[in-house]
Amino acid sequence: MHVLTFTLLTLAGALFAGLIGALTGLGGGVVLVPLLTLGLGVDIRYAIGASLVCVIATSSGAAAAFVREGFTNIRVGMFLEIATTVGALLGTVVAVFVSSSTLAVIFGIVLLLSAAQSLRHRAEHITVTRPGSLGDRLRLASTYPHEGEIVSYGVEHVPTGFALMFVAGILSALLGIGSGVVKVLAMDRAMHLPYKVSTTTSNFMIGVTAAASAGVYLHRGYIDPILVMPVVLGVLAGATLGARVLARVSVKPLRLLFTIVIVVLALEMLYQGWTKRI
Amino acid sequence: MSLTPESTAHEDYELEQRLGILLRAGVILSATVTLIGGILYLLQHGGDSASYHVFVSEPAGLRTVGGVIGGVARGDSASIIQLGVLLLIATPVARVFISVIGFARERDWMYVGCSLIVLALLVYSLAHGG
Repeated sequence: MHVLTFTLLTLAGALFAGLIGALTGLGGGVVLVPLLTLGLGVDIRYAIGASLVCVIATSSGAAAAFVREGFTNIRVGMFLEIATTVGALLGTVVAVFVSSSTLAVIFGIVLLLSAAQSLRHRAEHITVTRPGSLGDRLRLASTYPHEGEIVSYGVEHVPTGFALMFVAGILSALLGIGSGVVKVLAMDRAMHLPYKVSTTTSNFMIGVTAAASAGVYLHRGYIDPILVMPVVLGVLAGATLGARVLARVSVKPLRLLFTIVIVVLALEMLYQGWTKRI
Repeated sequence: MSLTPESTAHEDYELEQRLGILLRAGVILSATVTLIGGILYLLQHGGDSASYHVFVSEPAGLRTVGGVIGGVARGDSASIIQLGVLLLIATPVARVFISVIGFARERDWMYVGCSLIVLALLVYSLAHGG
């Protein structure tokens, strides 16, 4: 295949991945790696390298807006980034010993869990920080705009959240994804931060987590500029388009449709990995 | 320093605005550089054959910060794209650096410490390759 044909095909695929990532709230990486490996026959290491770069692009782009609107808790983000960056660096070490087939199987499982999570009902909860707890000593409590008012919220179970973030870091490096699902799980379910704060802070942290492993993978030669170029530009365009669509139409039927697409991709990754075709 | 969430949120407001601007600028700049490098590459090599089925690590010149900058100086289009990638990777690193300064201004030494740990890990990864 000529470089030009390959670039145009990849650009179209990446646009689609960015769009799905934005509409399901799962981020571009989750769809991109299966698309590149299953659809275009790209080696999973190149796919992971390209995907990490996209993850940095989309999370930084989106974080720019959220952080200025005051949803993001930069203290929670900064503190937990210690766990995700250490996890990511460990993940790059582990990656050396894991075969492509095993990576595909792990990817399939994470993808299935992500799809389930994206359909879950979201309850907005506000908690109070227990005096003397770790969250209190770290001053993680803050405020956020909710239905036209400034609402105060606290935080609980910081060590559990920290441990989950470590896992999120490992998965991010291993699979080339943002691990947004695990990050939101840590903040929303474990630390009981409001949902909107959890998702925007997760997004804020994703860039730093991905940058930690992208640096290592650059040195290992996983990041091919010719592959990355259409991938990053396509995902950025797709994610921007997705954000516009989100603001205008009801996304419930769309989200359901795309979740089915993700489940199909997950099963295909599992099958290909299990039968050692990847 | 008062410890209520309201005052913490207020102190962080200025830092949040600055981080927002930095993140947007980083993404726009790197996307522009990547696009320019990409167009140049396609004009020069659009007809070459492409294959990513088998992993063969990238050439040394595209794997380090110094190598990429050297390639850009020679006008190599693949290196220009890789410079765009490096700018993108640098965006969150710069964000952490700005956070260090922001927390230092608030005299919040605990968070200066947190940010410095993260910054050190990122710089180690980029410079050393883990």
